[in-house]
Amino acid sequence: MAVSFFWFLYANFPPSAFTLPNSNEGRILNPMDLSSFLLQQIINAVFLGSIYSLIALGYTMVYGIIELINFAHGELFTAGAFIGLIVLTALQQIGFVDAHFVLTMIIVFGLAMAYVAVLGVAVEHVAYRPLRASSRLSALLSALGMSIFLSNGMMLSQGVSDRPYPQVFGLESIEVMGARITNGQIFIILLAVALMIGLQLFVHRTRLGKAMRATAQNKTMARILGIDIDMTIRITFMIGPALGAAAGVMVGLYYGAVRFDMGFIFMIKAFAAAILGGIGSIPGAMLGGLIIGTIEVMWAAFLPSAWKDVTTFTVLILVLYFRPAGLLGESSTEVRV
Amino acid sequence: MTTTQPILELTKVHTYYGNIHALKGVSCSIPKGEIACLIGANGAGKSTTLMTIFGVQQASQGEIRFKGQPIHKLRPEKVAAMGVSQSPEGRQIFPRMSTQENLEMGAFLRKDKAEVERDLEWVFSLFPVLKDRVRQLGGTLSGGEQQMLAIGRALMSRPELLLLDEPSLGLAPKLVEKIFETILEINKSGVTIFLVEQNAHMALTVSRTGYVMETGRVILTDKASALLENEQVKKAYLGE
Amino acid sequence: MIRQELKKLVVYGFFLAILLIPMLGFKSTTFEPGRAFKTLGVFMAILVLNLIVKTIRSRKKQEDAEPKTPLTERAAERINRFPKIYTLGGLLVVAVAYPMFADNYMIDVAITCLIYVCLGLGLNVVVGLCGLLDLGYIAFYAVGAYTYSILNLTFGLSFWAALPLGIVLGMVVGCIIGYPTLKMRGDYLAIVTLGFGEIVRLVLNNWDSLTAGPNGLFGMKKPALYYPSFAEDSFSWAIYYLKSLPALYYFILLIAILTIISVRRLDNSRIGRAWIAIREDEVAAELSGVPTTWIKLLAYALGAAFASVAGAFFAAKLSYTNPNFFLFMESCIVLSIVVLGGVGSIPGIVIAAFVLIAAPEVFRGLENYRMLAFGGIMTTMMILKPEGIIPASRRRRELHEGEAIKPKE
Repeated sequence: MAVSFFWFLYANFPPSAFTLPNSNEGRILNPMDLSSFLLQQIINAVFLGSIYSLIALGYTMVYGIIELINFAHGELFTAGAFIGLIVLTALQQIGFVDAHFVLTMIIVFGLAMAYVAVLGVAVEHVAYRPLRASSRLSALLSALGMSIFLSNGMMLSQGVSDRPYPQVFGLESIEVMGARITNGQIFIILLAVALMIGLQLFVHRTRLGKAMRATAQNKTMARILGIDIDMTIRITFMIGPALGAAAGVMVGLYYGAVRFDMGFIFMIKAFAAAILGGIGSIPGAMLGGLIIGTIEVMWAAFLPSAWKDVTTFTVLILVLYFRPAGLLGESSTEVRV
Repeated sequence: MTTTQPILELTKVHTYYGNIHALKGVSCSIPKGEIACLIGANGAGKSTTLMTIFGVQQASQGEIRFKGQPIHKLRPEKVAAMGVSQSPEGRQIFPRMSTQENLEMGAFLRKDKAEVERDLEWVFSLFPVLKDRVRQLGGTLSGGEQQMLAIGRALMSRPELLLLDEPSLGLAPKLVEKIFETILEINKSGVTIFLVEQNAHMALTVSRTGYVMETGRVILTDKASALLENEQVKKAYLGE
Repeated sequence: MIRQELKKLVVYGFFLAILLIPMLGFKSTTFEPGRAFKTLGVFMAILVLNLIVKTIRSRKKQEDAEPKTPLTERAAERINRFPKIYTLGGLLVVAVAYPMFADNYMIDVAITCLIYVCLGLGLNVVVGLCGLLDLGYIAFYAVGAYTYSILNLTFGLSFWAALPLGIVLGMVVGCIIGYPTLKMRGDYLAIVTLGFGEIVRLVLNNWDSLTAGPNGLFGMKKPALYYPSFAEDSFSWAIYYLKSLPALYYFILLIAILTIISVRRLDNSRIGRAWIAIREDEVAAELSGVPTTWIKLLAYALGAAFASVAGAFFAAKLSYTNPNFFLFMESCIVLSIVVLGGVGSIPGIVIAAFVLIAAPEVFRGLENYRMLAFGGIMTTMMILKPEGIIPASRRRRELHEGEAIKPKE
């Protein structure tokens, strides 16, 4: 196994690949440059990682409570991006954006998250609820079907091509020890962290949040205590997708465009993040997102970036091989088909 | 009709697990304020009975009435809301929630915060060791502590009827005694208790009425004191 | 009852409106509610229809007694009673005669269907018999296609020479993919295999020197037949390239038939039974002496082998291959063929392959709605008839067992 892996590695990455990106060719790299370069990568990693974490949280919460991988989550993320686009464009047309930046952000994020919360509940109701007693394979296919349905629905309704996002963040950035962090990155990272803190508070301090945790840990017992698990599951499907929607808006704002199928690649990486951290574990999803973001950024910084996705998947597979429950996951004794 | 109706009444209840006929016409009647027990061998259907009462398993035939109200078609959440609670088989502690949180979950349906606080203190007085472990995660508690937590959690809803499924399972004899003493104390505070046990001796000692179950049927009903002397029972369940 | 249903209808309508109007109503900054309301109308119509059907059904005195056996099952029973020889013989005759009365386009569609039959049957070995949830199956298809392409273009190997190598390579890749997943439970297995499928595709896409990356490889020779020729009084082997569509059709038909026979034999063999044992309860199988490790690897390997053959044929037929032929969506489609046809059911899978591949061709006009309908149908089928069109009888019992004790919803 190890032999085949290293062969794979060598065959794909002949030594000529180990050069720094072209822009640095010819420059003399001194330690200061390297450290600010690294710092830049770390900033980028935290930024990307936060976004992955938000999406991964959606997966992990849903999996924790109904033990199903919500394949439609990528589409919910995309839907959030589209709704954000619609709202933001409308606000921009009436000149609202420049005048009241914070309020705009609140409205845009708020509406996108609210919409996707409703969509999430709808998906649960249509595609997952009827299959609660069925086999895993059926639920999986139902989820896949929903994913295909939603992504094509968005393609038909919003068009096939990239849709540009209005530019909201200027190009101003703050310099930190030689590295740059743009306003946009700061805003998004802060918002992501705020959402995650909010989630932790909700799940650990509120009655409903505790009910969600209880339901995830032992459904039958939760019912015996009077907890309405249908409602708990519904709430999970509101919060998880809403977080994904927020991530969608962030991606749209930062990268400047949305496409109906951008959900797929984000979905896979967020999957990887959630599983890496231990699916079902909220801190695990946060950690996993950060790790995946770091791997991706670090790899792209030093090695041919075309291969970065392959690396991400490979890391996932390796981790699962050695620690099947993920980094922060419970080692489960149940074997399910 | 008696003026005080039984708090719990099962009439010819049948339950199926898929194709397996687990309960074959079980009937029993428990007066308010009493301790009644259900004894029998492994697999006789004792836990199924409790699960059916709660609606986790649906009774396919028969009636279950709580305080005169039919509950056999209700979902577990609704049964809980009516004033029944359970410490189930295997304790079913929430492993990644603390002792405190587990107890709080017991009081999930309640809105009176001050009273809940008072009941929390009462549970701690019954099981002082839980107070020491108040922040510890449920999954890390010992078997005996988990059992106490399970019972305490069940009490947090201030139930009128408490169902206990095998509280002595896997516990050291001294602990078992303590638990059963506590059961008596709980009963004294006005809670009706329906106890399912493999430890027939202890169960019959604390109870007023006993039901003996075998392969899905209740084969004997009598005053617990009488059952303790019953030859059949002695041979089969009391190891004499 | 009606009032409740009507209330539900109103609630659904309300939420559908909330969902559809923003998404469908806004197209690049202008608000055009027309489309949204039309779609809303369609959905509401479906729901109302559903309500009407339900009311009619409940009016007819159908109690909770034995429901009438569904149409497909009665059809299946009828078919089963008919002597198998006649059905198979009849089908064979139709299959062989097909190119004579079909035009090139239809033959091409049939060829594609048959390829997917092979793929579906191969995946059935992994998912259906052995119970391993493989979402990256298309990778093996790609391996077969690219192996033939590279060997043919670089070394000039003929189809028949490259085929065994393709199969072997496919099996090796199958083991590579299978090995790390041996201990994984269902959902993780799905994700990891998905990851592997993507890895293979990405490697093919990025390894320019070997695979020409996104441009793809082209110019492969078609498979050839050698036959003895006695021209000019001397014995030599003449080459006949299978270039025409009917020729290719017969070739893939042959491959498909061989696949069906092989899967049938595997089904009834000791290995097949071992796979089923693992699917049902791995721990019990292990304890009964089944060497789960290499039997599972065998499942992956054999499944991969079938896919490699299909892949090699595919590359040869098209004389072109490209990483975009092997997207995750393809794995989904193959998986759908298996599940919608009925996991473990060979006739079901064959039928599903034809239905799923041919139907979109028939409905070419509604091109845009193809995939939308596909997704919707997948979900709906899982909810209504998870055992597939023609269920393997064992599976049907498994899936509906939960219904007897389902608590009141």
